[in-house]
Amino acid sequence: MKALSIRGLRKVYKGGLEALKGIDLDVEEGDFFALLGPNGAGKSTTIGIIASLINKTEGEVKVFGYDLDTQLVELKRQIGLVPQEFNFNQFETVRQIVVNQAGYYGVHRNLANERAEKYLKQLGLWEKRNEPARSLSGGMKRRLMIARALLHEPKLLILDEPTAGVDIELRRSMWGYLEDINREGITIILTTHYLEEAESLCRNVAIIDNGVIIKNTSIKRLLATLNMETFVLDVEPAEGDELGEIELGEFNWRQPDELSIEVDVQKSQGLNRVFEQLSKQGIKVLSMRNKANRLEELFVDLVEQGRQPKQKKTGS
Amino acid sequence: MASSFNFVALQTIWIKECTRFLRIWIQTLVPPAITMTLYFVIFGSIVGERIGEMGGRPYMEFIVPGLIMMSVITNSYSNVASSFFSAKFQRNIEEMLVAPVSTAVIIVGYIGGGLARALIVAVIVTLVSFLFVDNVQIHHGGILVLTVVLTSTLFSLAGLINGIHAKTFDDISIVPTFILTPLTYLGGVFFSISLLPGIWSTVAQANPVLYMVNAFRYGFLGISDVGLGVSLSVIIAFNIVFFAAAYILLQRGVGIRS
Repeated sequence: MKALSIRGLRKVYKGGLEALKGIDLDVEEGDFFALLGPNGAGKSTTIGIIASLINKTEGEVKVFGYDLDTQLVELKRQIGLVPQEFNFNQFETVRQIVVNQAGYYGVHRNLANERAEKYLKQLGLWEKRNEPARSLSGGMKRRLMIARALLHEPKLLILDEPTAGVDIELRRSMWGYLEDINREGITIILTTHYLEEAESLCRNVAIIDNGVIIKNTSIKRLLATLNMETFVLDVEPAEGDELGEIELGEFNWRQPDELSIEVDVQKSQGLNRVFEQLSKQGIKVLSMRNKANRLEELFVDLVEQGRQPKQKKTGS
Repeated sequence: MASSFNFVALQTIWIKECTRFLRIWIQTLVPPAITMTLYFVIFGSIVGERIGEMGGRPYMEFIVPGLIMMSVITNSYSNVASSFFSAKFQRNIEEMLVAPVSTAVIIVGYIGGGLARALIVAVIVTLVSFLFVDNVQIHHGGILVLTVVLTSTLFSLAGLINGIHAKTFDDISIVPTFILTPLTYLGGVFFSISLLPGIWSTVAQANPVLYMVNAFRYGFLGISDVGLGVSLSVIIAFNIVFFAAAYILLQRGVGIRS
């Protein structure tokens, strides 16, 4: 079953800005889906329409088969939304915020209190349950918004840049939590600017730019289209020697500093030849990493391609 | 199922609203007590003694119902206007908008908050009035309660409509200052419209607050400048119109959905 199905979705804001130009999008049940795009591409508008915070101009939106126009109540019950900006009452306590949210979904107060304990404990906020939200750190506020979105136990969780401004340790713990709840069956749609996040977590991706979906595929397929990668190798010369002239044959390479080299490797070339040649020269490779995030390179390429003016066809 | 869900959602909004104004009780419950004490001291004791009687009652007794009603009006209005606008401003209104809460439940929930605050303030002001009036008698308790509830509902709705349209905090203070206060002062709180000369007595009858003050005064003292039936009909008609307006605005997402 499709968790989300969008057909011909358009949004024209007052003033004439066309934020969405008739997009189609499908997300399968159980998926961990990334919706990527530069600022102003239409990600938040899409999410706003799905969550019924923004009125669409035209098109069809279905969540688990429930239509936005005719089955709004049922559709809303399926969705948990974690918005980009903190939008809870800063003067309410952590527990009040999550219990009230459950109440808006018709969850009785006793059950809401039980669930509040469960989710606040899972997200490390139980000790803060009686504190006003304004006293929480940025990372805690992000986790509070996730807890709030889960209290009515939705089948589809939509997160709009959930780890923005969160330190790396907390980000990774949030990734772990999201992976856990996805394994338990919750479909997740994520927008993010951290492409590493999408690469680590998501199975499928749609890239949106200027109100149009320019790519919609699996992360694996997308990465497979990458023809060339640049690797940074930390190296150590043979004992007693300095790192002198290096010979790397058919490879393009650069030496940014005395103990590392950057090598451009085409997909057809493979890395073995690089290691062979370095080994022959007595150079030991201590460590290796991608110079840039692979998905980031693709993302930039795709967006740039999409923005290039289309050439007029010439008749033959 | 649907009624149980709606009841839980309504209960949640109401508890949230009551918690809000009780948390800031110094801003919400204390000022009316102080303001009304000043009115009783200045208009009732000091000026009132020179005025003598109005509507066949000592002036102090005459203004008690008007002052209670004035508190009910301003507190209902400001409670809902500021709460709804704050929720819009901080964007926590989105908590309700993403959930399957119906428009009618949202409206009734906010009215419930305004009504709760108005009733508490009405009790406080009534208790304050006991300090100044020796012999407080209630002519018709049912009319008294009905008028307070209907008036509070009406001004909660008016506050909600103001909150929906407001774009800045200034917008929610303009209406009370330039519309609500003049209407209340000219609505017969401090005087009987029979004192107004000729045409002004007729003009005063276009003021809806006049009917609320007089219906309440009837419930309290058994006297009124206008017929009770007319007063209640006017208040109910305004309630219907304002509820419909608030419903249409929220349903269309005016001020809250782009």
